[in-house]
Amino acid sequence: MAVDMNMSILVVDDYKTMLRILRNLLRQLNFSNIEEASDGADALKMLRKTSIDLIISDWNMEPMTGIELLHEVRSDDKLKHIPFIMITAESKSENVIAAKEAGVSNYIVKPFNAETLKSKIVTVLGDF
Amino acid sequence: MPEGRVDAALRQRLEELESKHGDTVRTADIAEVVESMMATLKGDVSGADLAIYAELESLARYIQQAKIEIAHLRPDQVKEQYLPAAADQLDAIVEATAEATHTIMDATETIEGVMENLDGKNSRKLMDATTRIYEACGFQDITGQRITKVVKTLKDIEERIDALVAAFGSEIEKVKAEQPEPEEKEEKKDSGEVLIHGPQLAEDAKSQAEVDALLASFD
Repeated sequence: MAVDMNMSILVVDDYKTMLRILRNLLRQLNFSNIEEASDGADALKMLRKTSIDLIISDWNMEPMTGIELLHEVRSDDKLKHIPFIMITAESKSENVIAAKEAGVSNYIVKPFNAETLKSKIVTVLGDF
Repeated sequence: MPEGRVDAALRQRLEELESKHGDTVRTADIAEVVESMMATLKGDVSGADLAIYAELESLARYIQQAKIEIAHLRPDQVKEQYLPAAADQLDAIVEATAEATHTIMDATETIEGVMENLDGKNSRKLMDATTRIYEACGFQDITGQRITKVVKTLKDIEERIDALVAAFGSEIEKVKAEQPEPEEKEEKKDSGEVLIHGPQLAEDAKSQAEVDALLASFD
């Protein structure tokens, strides 16, 4: 099934630089509907107000981390179906396992490139 | 040697210390216990007691010397001046790299705008180049996170030094009284030693316009 390039993608990171990098890279991949949140709590508020089709979230954020956001999303009947890509510099095995057990759809290690971002989105959503 | 009397007095003092401080006892209190133990040993002592007496006296001297040496290292200065200055410099690095990264991305977005008016081949070339620029800008996120970790570590060290300053407060005050601090900052600015300290923090720095005005005032 072809990916809808107008799908809404929520990017969550407490570093404005990273939010802007992701927005630009996603735009270059032809995604046009990109929302931003500065931490897990901010993202959760947005998820409960807006219809989101894909979440791309950092792990290390305060007050609510990416893994806490993932737990919240997966335990909410209205949100648990949303694909969730964790994008983080935390690449220890225990982090990856914890994310997998919490229901992460895929995992990107920082620093990353556009090709990796695209391939993980394809793995989660299908080709585009 | 009146063993029972010594044990009881010491035991009482040790119990007092334990109930007051738990497992953490100030070195001043240890020295006091050792001194009081030595005082109670005076009098009817054997050769073996004398050896213990000498050992304890040496221990008391060692503790006292260590206190003085640590006080001379001026942990209060490390806490109040050096660590905050280091943290400020690191914060300035994060701020400056973030600002520069946004400037790079501003320029890259402008290039992307121009790119739309070019033919397919040139447009693709520029698209690849701008993608690589965005990817490379990720360095700011990684370095920012690493520096933030270092700043947190400095804060942990500051807390530990705080405990050290509290424990050695009286000794540090003695050292400060013996060696009053010169007005360090002013002296360094006057002597030009500031040159070896690298870039100033933004709030301390003069702008190019201010420097130009200062130079012009000599004309």
